[in-house]
Amino acid sequence: MNKNNLILYSGILIFGLIAPFLFPAFKVQLSILCVLIVLATTWNIQGGEMGYNSFGNILFYGLGMYLCASVQVGMFFPLAEWTESGGEKTFVHTPTQFFQGMAVGLVVAAIVPTIIAGLIGYSILGLRGHYFAICTLGLGVAAGEISGGIEIIGAGQGFTTPPFPDVGSLEARGEFFYFLSFFTLILTFIAVRSIYSTRFKLILNAIRDNEDKAEAMGIETMKYKIIGWMISAFFCGLAGGIMGGLVGYIDSTDVAFDGREMGVFMVLMAILGGKGTLWGPIIGATIFHIFKEGFWTFFLGWQYVALGVLIVVIVIYFPEGIMGWLREKYPERFGEVVDEKDRKAQVELK
Amino acid sequence: MDFMVFQYPMITVQACLDGILLGILFALIAYGMALQWGVMNIINIAQGDLVILGGYIAYFMYLYGIHPAWGVIVAPVIMYFLGVLIYKLVINKVVDRDLFISILATFGISILFMQLMNFAFGADVVLANSDYGTTMLFNNNVVLPNSKLFSAFISILFAICLVIYMKKSKLGRAIRATAQNARAAKILGVDTEKVYAATFGINAALCGVAGALISITFTIHPYMGLPYTIRSFMIVIVAGLGNLPGVAMSGMGLGVFEEFADYILGTEFRIGSVFLLLVLILVYRRFKLSRKREYLK
Repeated sequence: MNKNNLILYSGILIFGLIAPFLFPAFKVQLSILCVLIVLATTWNIQGGEMGYNSFGNILFYGLGMYLCASVQVGMFFPLAEWTESGGEKTFVHTPTQFFQGMAVGLVVAAIVPTIIAGLIGYSILGLRGHYFAICTLGLGVAAGEISGGIEIIGAGQGFTTPPFPDVGSLEARGEFFYFLSFFTLILTFIAVRSIYSTRFKLILNAIRDNEDKAEAMGIETMKYKIIGWMISAFFCGLAGGIMGGLVGYIDSTDVAFDGREMGVFMVLMAILGGKGTLWGPIIGATIFHIFKEGFWTFFLGWQYVALGVLIVVIVIYFPEGIMGWLREKYPERFGEVVDEKDRKAQVELK
Repeated sequence: MDFMVFQYPMITVQACLDGILLGILFALIAYGMALQWGVMNIINIAQGDLVILGGYIAYFMYLYGIHPAWGVIVAPVIMYFLGVLIYKLVINKVVDRDLFISILATFGISILFMQLMNFAFGADVVLANSDYGTTMLFNNNVVLPNSKLFSAFISILFAICLVIYMKKSKLGRAIRATAQNARAAKILGVDTEKVYAATFGINAALCGVAGALISITFTIHPYMGLPYTIRSFMIVIVAGLGNLPGVAMSGMGLGVFEEFADYILGTEFRIGSVFLLLVLILVYRRFKLSRKREYLK
C-alpha cells in the first residue's frame, strides 16, 4: 500500500514536471486545472469535512486576485494612475520588479484573506446549515458589487494586471505560471494531506456529524471551525493571486468575485469527485475541467445551460460523487480503513 | 456619498413612497418564498429567475400589442404550470433531502433559466410601457408613476385573495396541514405529493404576478434574478415563517432601505448594499439566537 502510494505520487510529480514540455499548447489549461484543484481541495476542507457548505470562498479568491495585482503595481507605480490608464503601457515593469512584486503580492494575497476569514469567522460560522450557505453567497456577491464601485482598483472597467516582462523567451510566461500553480498545488496537497492525518480532521468530522455533541464532548468547535475556514482562505487567496496574473485582466463580477462561475465550480468539483475525501476533489476537478473545456469549445454560448443541467443532474443523481461510488462498489480498496483494534472493540460491544 | 436626502425633505418623502411601493412587490415574492419554505422546507434560489420570467411574459404581450397589465392574469397561469413542471422534474427529488442539496439544485435551475432567458430575449434591459402617466404630489415635488400605484394595488389584491384561499379552500387547508406536519397529514389522507406540487405552482404563479408588475414599473434583465431571491429570503428571515403582517412590513422596510441606499451611496452600490444587509441581518440573528441559547442553558 505504502509502496503503491510512493509510485503514484512520484508518477504524478514527474508527469506534472514534464507536462508543459509534453503539451506546450495546453500550458494555460494545465495551470488553470492546478488552480481549480487547489480551490476544490480547499473548499472540501470546510465544505466536505466540516459540513459547512460555503458559496463564499470566492470572496477570498477574488480578494487575493485584487490584492496580488494591486501590490504588484503599487510597489513600483502609483496605483490610481495605473488603473486610470486602463492597461495602456505607460508604466512597464522590469523583470526584477515583476517577480519581486509577484512574490510580495502572493504573500499578501494569501495572508490578508486568512486574517479576514479569522475576523469574520466568529460571526459567520455561528450560522448553521442553509443560513450559512445563503450568507456566504451574499458575502461573495456583495464583495463583487462593492469592488465594482471602487475607483482605485478600476471600478467597472476592470484592472489590467502587469504584463509579463520580456525575458527573451516566448514560452516563459506560460511556463512561469504553470510551475507557480503546480507548486501551489503540491503545497496545498501536502498541507491538506498532513492535516487529514491529524486529530484536527477528526474534530472537523465530528463537527460535521453532530456539532452539539462535539461541543458537549469538550471540543471548542468555534475555534476549529475558524481555523478550518482560515486554511481554506489562505489557499483560495493564493490561487486567486496566481489566477489574476494568469488571466491578465481583473473584472469585479466576471473574473474576481465570479460567484456564478468559479464560486459554483469549486462546490461542484468537490461534489462530483466526492465530498469529504482527499482524492475526490482532485479527480472531480480534473474531470470537470476536461468536460468544461470541451463544452466551452464545442457548444459556445450554451455552456451555462449545460452547467445548469450538470449541476441539477450531479446534485440529484450523484450526490456522493465518484469516490463515494467507488467506496460503495469496492469497499475493500477505497473504503474507510478501520483499525483492527477498533473493529475488535466494536465486535465486543455487539 | 450624497446627503441631499437630508437637506430636501421632499426627496425623503419621495424615497419613502417609492420604497413602500417597491416593498409591497418584494413582500409578494417573499410570501411565495415563505410558503414553499414552510411547506416543503426548500429554499428556492431560482425564485428571482421565476420573477424575471414572469416579467418577460408581460413584456412579450407588450411587444405583440396587448396591454402589459393583462400579463398580471396570463403570467401566473403560465407560471403555475411551469412551477408544477419544475416540481415534477427536479424539486420532488430533493424535497426530503439535505437542505444544501436543494439550494444547489435550485442554483442550477437558476443558472439554466438565466441563460435560457438570455438566449430567448437577449441581454438588453427592457421594460413594458404601460402608458399610465404619473401623479404629482406636494406642488409637483414628488413624482409617482401611476404604474407603481397600480402594481402595489394588484399585489395587495393578490395577497389578500391568496390568504383567503389558504384559509377557506380545501387545498389551502391541505397545504397548511402539510406545513404543520407532513407525516400526520399523509396519515389523514392528504396527498402530500400533490400538495407540494400545488405549493410550488402557487409560488411560481406569485412570482409570475410580481414579475409582470416589475416589468411594468421597473426594468427587467435576464441576470437580475438573484437579488430578488436574496431580498425575499431576507424578508422571510426577518419576518419569520407564517407571519404575514411581518412579511408585508419587512418588505416595505427593505424597499425604503434600498431607496435610501440608492440616494446616499449611489446607484452602483444598491445591489451590494442589499447583499451586505443580508449578511448583517444573519449575523445579528446569530448573535441574538446564541444569547437565547446561553440563557436556556
